[in-house]
Amino acid sequence: MNINKYTFTNSVVSFFVYLFLGAVAITCVFPLLWMLGSSLKTQSTVFSDMSLIPRAMHWENFYLAWTKGGFGVYFLNSLFYTTIVVFGIVIVSSWAAYAFSRMNFPGKNLFFFMFLGAMMIPLPGSFVPLYVLVNTVREALLTFLNAASPFLLKFLPEQFVVGSIDFIENQFYPRTAYVLCMINVGLSLSIYMLKTFFDKMPKELEDAARIDGCTRMGIWRHVAIPLAKPAIAVIVIYNALSVWNEYILANLILSSKDLMPLQRGLMVFQGEHITQYPLLMAGMTITVLPIVVIYLAMQKFIIKGITAGAVVG
Amino acid sequence: MRRVACNDKTMSNIIGENIKRLYNFLHNASSKTKILMGVGLAVVLETAFLQFHAFTIFWVIIYTFVTLSLLFIVLANIAKKTFSSFAFVLPALIIFSIFYIYPFFKVLQLSHNSWDGISPTMSFVGFANFKEILQDKIWWGAMGNAGYITLIALTFQNILALALALACDRQIKGRNFFRVIFFIPPVLSEVVVGLIWRWIYDGDYGLLNHALVAMGLKDLIRNWLSDPQTALTCVAVIHCWKGFGWGFMILLAGLQTIPRELYEAARVDGANGWQSFRNVTIPLMIPVFVLVAILTILGTMQVFVLILSMTGGGPGYHTEVPVTRILASMQGSSMFGYACAQGLTFGVILMMVSFAQIGISRKLKQA
Repeated sequence: MNINKYTFTNSVVSFFVYLFLGAVAITCVFPLLWMLGSSLKTQSTVFSDMSLIPRAMHWENFYLAWTKGGFGVYFLNSLFYTTIVVFGIVIVSSWAAYAFSRMNFPGKNLFFFMFLGAMMIPLPGSFVPLYVLVNTVREALLTFLNAASPFLLKFLPEQFVVGSIDFIENQFYPRTAYVLCMINVGLSLSIYMLKTFFDKMPKELEDAARIDGCTRMGIWRHVAIPLAKPAIAVIVIYNALSVWNEYILANLILSSKDLMPLQRGLMVFQGEHITQYPLLMAGMTITVLPIVVIYLAMQKFIIKGITAGAVVG
Repeated sequence: MRRVACNDKTMSNIIGENIKRLYNFLHNASSKTKILMGVGLAVVLETAFLQFHAFTIFWVIIYTFVTLSLLFIVLANIAKKTFSSFAFVLPALIIFSIFYIYPFFKVLQLSHNSWDGISPTMSFVGFANFKEILQDKIWWGAMGNAGYITLIALTFQNILALALALACDRQIKGRNFFRVIFFIPPVLSEVVVGLIWRWIYDGDYGLLNHALVAMGLKDLIRNWLSDPQTALTCVAVIHCWKGFGWGFMILLAGLQTIPRELYEAARVDGANGWQSFRNVTIPLMIPVFVLVAILTILGTMQVFVLILSMTGGGPGYHTEVPVTRILASMQGSSMFGYACAQGLTFGVILMMVSFAQIGISRKLKQA
């Protein structure tokens, strides 16, 4: 009798627990499904048809968003920035973390505390100086290029010189500036996470490699990096997500449409075509889809990386 | 040989020893001394700046000093034949120097000047920017808004996260499934989240109003994001929606470190569910609660992309937060000096919160 009562209250409790968890889970997923559903409606049905799955699927919205909405360009830009920034962060931070963990040199502790301290500086405090820095360097670069062009024109055809100055001004410099800014944003945390990983790693393998005549760079490349793969995976995913989702530095640094990543492009599209909801939703689906797919495939690393990032930063 | 070694007290060795002594002193100093020294250094720098800012030589000296001290470390590495180790840090160090050292002095300069961002000269205004901040009602209103969102996040979001974590801590099926689902909103970008919810909240075509009509609650219909009474709360709720997954993850990880034996012991002693929660779970979870609270405060005070994409600060200034104000002074009204002073003020406030965080978590570790 007693046992029956116990199991009864227990199953009532678990029913409410599941109800609660299920309700919250639905609110988590519903807006995404709503977005996907709306991206398949037309301009005329999107405000009247409130069903989640539209009767007629208009897949051409994705094509229109990709071409006319400019999301193709934004997508490729996002892909470009994310790849380069993550690659840069992994290389630079694993060099630095390896040195901080395994080597001794003057200034080591000072620099490590500098990197740790940098994590405490909030980004909003440095918007203005970053913007000023990027603009100052652009001005200086342009002055230099314009001063150098008469000299270059003596050897090179005019079209080439003008074209390359234009390329540097409008493509190369803004992209480099944005990539460097983003590398800087992710660097401190990655160095800290990798250093703690290297500190726990046994040194015997590296000693063996050294005895076999491996150079320092060789040990880093062939021993340290392969052993640190789990930590590097966490760093790659954490930084890839934060670069893909980044909005504000792109807003400050990049002003031309063919340079913008997806988040910036979404805001621009939203400002220009405020009523074209199906296309906007299609663009948002394009933005979200890679993230959700990667998240579902690698959720273990992502949860680990993001919680680690939150706890440290 | 020994004699040579004794006479080897060259200039660089003496400097090196003194630097080492200074470093040891700094390393062993208590946190109060460190903070006092930091404040002292800032005061000295500020005084020197106020006295000499107009002279180009001041800037030349400062940047030369920084460059020389970096160069000194490079030379020390070459002298000690450790340059090949030092080279590993060099790329990180170069990026760091570009993005921290120049901006640091630029903040010092800009926050005391009035500058439109374009003209080659700027005019020195002393502390006028900071005085203006003190009287800027919109700025403090924005601070209040950020405080309001933080308050909602601290209570509503964290209680929700705790309830979910407690539910998932039971022996239930599909715990991993729920973990994955609850972490979807934090993975999405703030722009996307803001734009989706902006449409759901929309007054004419929004899903929320549609659902209210369908449920027969016509009186509740409103223009959620352009109504001054509801706009801020709506934004705060979405911020909580996006953020509760974090709290949930950290709290669940904390709950799972509590040994099951403690609960069994409590049950043997005759404790009911509430009593074992009150006397076992809560005391053991306090460090985790503090961590989550601090992360929530730091994260929420800096929220702004969500607001830009949902309301853009409107209606009026009802959803402005400090960071959107900084961006508005910078991009909207081209007051770079003022924006810089705002950024500095806000940065210092956040740094103080971080310091408080370190202090509190240290005390909790000792206890």
